[in-house]
Amino acid sequence: MSSTSHVDTAAAAQDGAPAPASRRRRGVRRLSLRDRIAVALLLGIPLLLDLAFVWFPAIGTALLSFTKWNGVGSLHTETCKPNVPSILNNGCWYGVQNYHQAATIYPEFWPAVRHNLIWLAVFVLIATPLGMLFAVLIDRGIRGSRMYQSILFLPVMLSLALVGIIWEFMYSQNYGLINTVIGRTSDSNAIDWLGNPHLNLWSVLVEATWRQSGYVMVLYLAGLKAVDPTLREAALMDGANAWQTFWRVIFPVMKPINIVVMVVTVIESLRAFDLVYITNKGINGLELLSVLVTSNIVGETQRVGFGSALGVVLLIISLVPISVFLYQTFRREEAS
Amino acid sequence: MSDVETSGTGTGSSPSPSRRNLLRGAAGAAGLAAVSGGLLTACSSDSSDDKSSSSKSPASVAGSTVTFGSNYSDPAAKTAFAALTSAATASSKVKVTVNTVDHNTFQDNITSYLQGTPDDLFTWFAGYRMQYFAAQGLAEPLDDVWEKIGGNFGPAAKQLSTGLDGHQYLVPLYNYPWVVFYNKSEFAKHNYTVPTTWDEYIALAKQMKTDKLIPIAFADKDGWPALGTFDILNLRINGYDYHTQLMTHKIPWTDAGVATVFQHWAELMPYMQSGANGRIWQDAAKTLEAKQAGMMFQGTNQVAAQYVTDKANLADLDFFVFPEINPKWGQDYMDAPTDGFMLSKKAKNKDAAKAVLEYIGTGPAEAGYLKTDQWDVGLANGVQVPTYNEIQKKSVTEIGKCKAVAQFMDRDADPAMAKAMISIIQKFIDDPSSGNIASLQKSAEQQAKAIYTS
Repeated sequence: MSSTSHVDTAAAAQDGAPAPASRRRRGVRRLSLRDRIAVALLLGIPLLLDLAFVWFPAIGTALLSFTKWNGVGSLHTETCKPNVPSILNNGCWYGVQNYHQAATIYPEFWPAVRHNLIWLAVFVLIATPLGMLFAVLIDRGIRGSRMYQSILFLPVMLSLALVGIIWEFMYSQNYGLINTVIGRTSDSNAIDWLGNPHLNLWSVLVEATWRQSGYVMVLYLAGLKAVDPTLREAALMDGANAWQTFWRVIFPVMKPINIVVMVVTVIESLRAFDLVYITNKGINGLELLSVLVTSNIVGETQRVGFGSALGVVLLIISLVPISVFLYQTFRREEAS
Repeated sequence: MSDVETSGTGTGSSPSPSRRNLLRGAAGAAGLAAVSGGLLTACSSDSSDDKSSSSKSPASVAGSTVTFGSNYSDPAAKTAFAALTSAATASSKVKVTVNTVDHNTFQDNITSYLQGTPDDLFTWFAGYRMQYFAAQGLAEPLDDVWEKIGGNFGPAAKQLSTGLDGHQYLVPLYNYPWVVFYNKSEFAKHNYTVPTTWDEYIALAKQMKTDKLIPIAFADKDGWPALGTFDILNLRINGYDYHTQLMTHKIPWTDAGVATVFQHWAELMPYMQSGANGRIWQDAAKTLEAKQAGMMFQGTNQVAAQYVTDKANLADLDFFVFPEINPKWGQDYMDAPTDGFMLSKKAKNKDAAKAVLEYIGTGPAEAGYLKTDQWDVGLANGVQVPTYNEIQKKSVTEIGKCKAVAQFMDRDADPAMAKAMISIIQKFIDDPSSGNIASLQKSAEQQAKAIYTS
């Protein structure tokens, strides 16, 4: 943008006093060769990278999702023959069968969708508000706030794989910290935190929240530090209490940060993978779409077409919040 | 996928799924563009390779180098493997370069590994798991090797090394039995006797429960250990042929025989350690070591190995083969998974690699490997291993008594089906009611149809 406007003014200076209506059009036409190369490079390289690393694989995955392929040999355009052993039916065109099978006979599919949605809900309703609360409390300068800040931020610095392993020590049935403390390690009364399919999603969500709230806290704290202190003083002068000051003054001012936090929350919950994979490879109550994609595509017998179909489903789900976010952003840009 | 041959929780390395997905997408699209032209050229070049390699004289291999892709990544296995390859070098004069990869990573990447630039030789498993890759032309037939080493093995070992097309593709190294473990001292203390029938087994389990023991230590967090319980019940109730046909989906999963297997398992369930889906088998083995549990059904490769790792009293450990259920089959069958070596289709030095395999397929080579291994047993006829402990000696005897040995569900079936069964059996463990059994069988059959035929 800036280079074009710079060219505009340069062209205008050469011409003397051109008619304002034709300025823009003529300015572009009068780009020098160097400018054109610069523009082509600056636009072309990101465009190429975008095509190579985003669009090409995305479209490739979408195409693969209509095939039946185990990753060996090449793909062809023939239609898969019905009732033929899979090994003779490789790399063929399978239509929407993968999607049909996922929705009807693949028992992990709907639980995975549900778990992804639960994950999102917990992040939006619990982890993120908790992080915001921590940030607000620490920002009020309570005693030892730096220590709390470090403690709460610590999990964010650990990789999710490590978080999963740490919590496995906590949750382990017969040897774990939690069951030992509450005295339920014997075989008859031990709580199976990570193995009981009605319980383990929530156990893992505690792990995820432990980390996510620290992450949100740091983001939010940075935002809070940037808020003009005079706003608070003014609110105080007007007789607002702490609750009112936050919700009526600070929160609205923090809108950009709020949007960032919201986007981070949605992204983190859709890309959830590491914790459940470390815990039990995402089976038995911990199914997530990301895990199903991986477990079908990576491994000995690959169902590349089927896994790609699941990947496309995840892509479509991700497109919803992304579209909403982009729509909001562009509308605001147009309005301003 | 799951594997049954090593200790450790196997968290493995988990590369970014999205990135890998992208690469696969890219490769796939490229494949679409190339249509199937590559297939024909691959065939023609392969056949010319075969001719030239078989005409070479064996003398020319001395001094050349063979690369060996290994998943023997645990320290003990790695040491034993190094001893094996250096003995092979001494015998065949072929230098062997070993590339060790974490075993989970190795197995997960096998498809792309074999299609890319694989090592000449690689470690793998017998059974359908071998046949699957052989049938897709990713492995080289070893018929000429078997002509030389055939005399060292019985027909069962040869059968395990044979692909769907009747050619041999594998040279076996060791196997190990899936049996019921117990502590001798504990059985002596309570005057328990080894059960030989289902009723005796249930009665013993009941008695252990009254004696405040966990009758059967049990864990299935990794998903695969419980497949062994399904296998043995199926082998005892329906026999070996039924097992083979079920694993290759010649018998539907909705069959009444499968229902009987699940019903017997449901009968056993109250005596098995609860919360198995959240426990790793190492922890289950620890409850046996600590004598909190009376028995445990798993492979020697896990339980005996865990006793060694934990420095528990290995001398006190003993086992019996799973009791008889259907008198028609008695105790004729068991799971005894076999590990071995294969030659990749893209190997650069096939003659030298075959020379290495010819050495590995001998009794002395197996004995050398088993010097540091205290839980597996060799497959060669009359292999003399002075270092065998009591468990290993008994393993040899009991495997020898079997009329046929199965491999394991994740080695005898399509791995995708084994994966589906892992999830189904975990759901069964969670709710072993007869209503749930019926719906799980139905789900298994639907998935089997999608995996094997459609």
